[in-house]
Amino acid sequence: MSINRRTFLGAAGLSALAIAGKSSLVVLAQGGQREGATGIQSVTRWAMVIDPRKCQKDQGCTDCIAACDKAHNVPHFTDRAHEVKWIWKEPFGNAFPNQESLYTAEAFKSTPILVFCNHCDKPPCVRVCPTKATWKREDGVVMMDWHRCIGCKYCIVACPYGSRSFNFFDPRPRIKELNPDFPTRTIGVVEKCNFCEERLAKGEQPACVVGCPEKALVFGNLEDPKSEVRQLLRTRFAIRRKPELGTNPEIYYLV
Amino acid sequence: MRDRGIIIAGLIFFIGLITIPVWYNAAAGTLAKGPDLKLPVEEKNCVAPVEYMRTFHMDLLVNWRDQVVRQNIRTFKAFDGKTYTMGLSQTCMKCHTSKADFCDRCHDYAGVKPYCWDCHIDPKLVPLTSTSPLGERKG
Repeated sequence: MSINRRTFLGAAGLSALAIAGKSSLVVLAQGGQREGATGIQSVTRWAMVIDPRKCQKDQGCTDCIAACDKAHNVPHFTDRAHEVKWIWKEPFGNAFPNQESLYTAEAFKSTPILVFCNHCDKPPCVRVCPTKATWKREDGVVMMDWHRCIGCKYCIVACPYGSRSFNFFDPRPRIKELNPDFPTRTIGVVEKCNFCEERLAKGEQPACVVGCPEKALVFGNLEDPKSEVRQLLRTRFAIRRKPELGTNPEIYYLV
Repeated sequence: MRDRGIIIAGLIFFIGLITIPVWYNAAAGTLAKGPDLKLPVEEKNCVAPVEYMRTFHMDLLVNWRDQVVRQNIRTFKAFDGKTYTMGLSQTCMKCHTSKADFCDRCHDYAGVKPYCWDCHIDPKLVPLTSTSPLGERKG
């Protein structure tokens, strides 16, 4: 059968469009569902809800920070340029730069905001890691693999929240109390809060949550409609750090 | 040959000289011994048979590392059916309590320096505080 070139090209183009059009319709149809890291709807999505007002009760209390540092052998450097921190306190204006007003500094003067890795839904640090030493797990935790980290610090550049720290020096001499149940890190790797994934594996709550005497930190599964975090988010208004960046952080601060 | 005697005598002397490292050490009993390990007293079985562990414990540990860190799989079923938690400090060093008396014996003999203990804590080091002289690990 004779077919001329123009007709052939027209038919080929239409078939290509039909095939491509079908798969793009399928993807668009999934738009309403929440996607986990792999695109599959996940049954667990860990998140934390923090009530900064409860943190006010004990002025100068650092129990959560101490609990985290002890559980994970976080070293203590006095020079701020070299410090390594997994969880720390920031003034309100530093934690929420776009939500300041003239009066927030006064209101939050004695209420520090606890900040740590937000375990974002769309983490920029994961996107830029050249070795996949950091990745997003299906249950929402942004993990670190210190065996694979090459210390390029690209993730530190990418993180908009400053959650990550680099080990400029050997951390071991600077660890106050060595916890034998968790490894230390070496010089030259980046570390951050890991949502206590080793404790989650055993069904325990993160160290900071357990360490807080006022129960200001609440940890739970967002996919479970009956969890405490969902209850809190249903009944109270919560803000997140820098939401306009599109990283979708999963640490909520009740106001 | 004209100087047959001298030549043969010289050859025998030379061969004896060149094989001194072998027969002298054999005679003096200082031939290189293998590494001398101190085995755990209570447990008789490791997570895998001895021959397998001797050859492949590095691969086993690397597999454990990938499974725990990257796949969040933490339990290991040993060859004898027992389950263990995968972890160097948590499981291996619970029985092989002394790195200096066990791990380092073979590693020093073979001249290898695995970097596991740069991060994973040797349980013997635990009472350290920030004021103690750190840097050299024991063994």
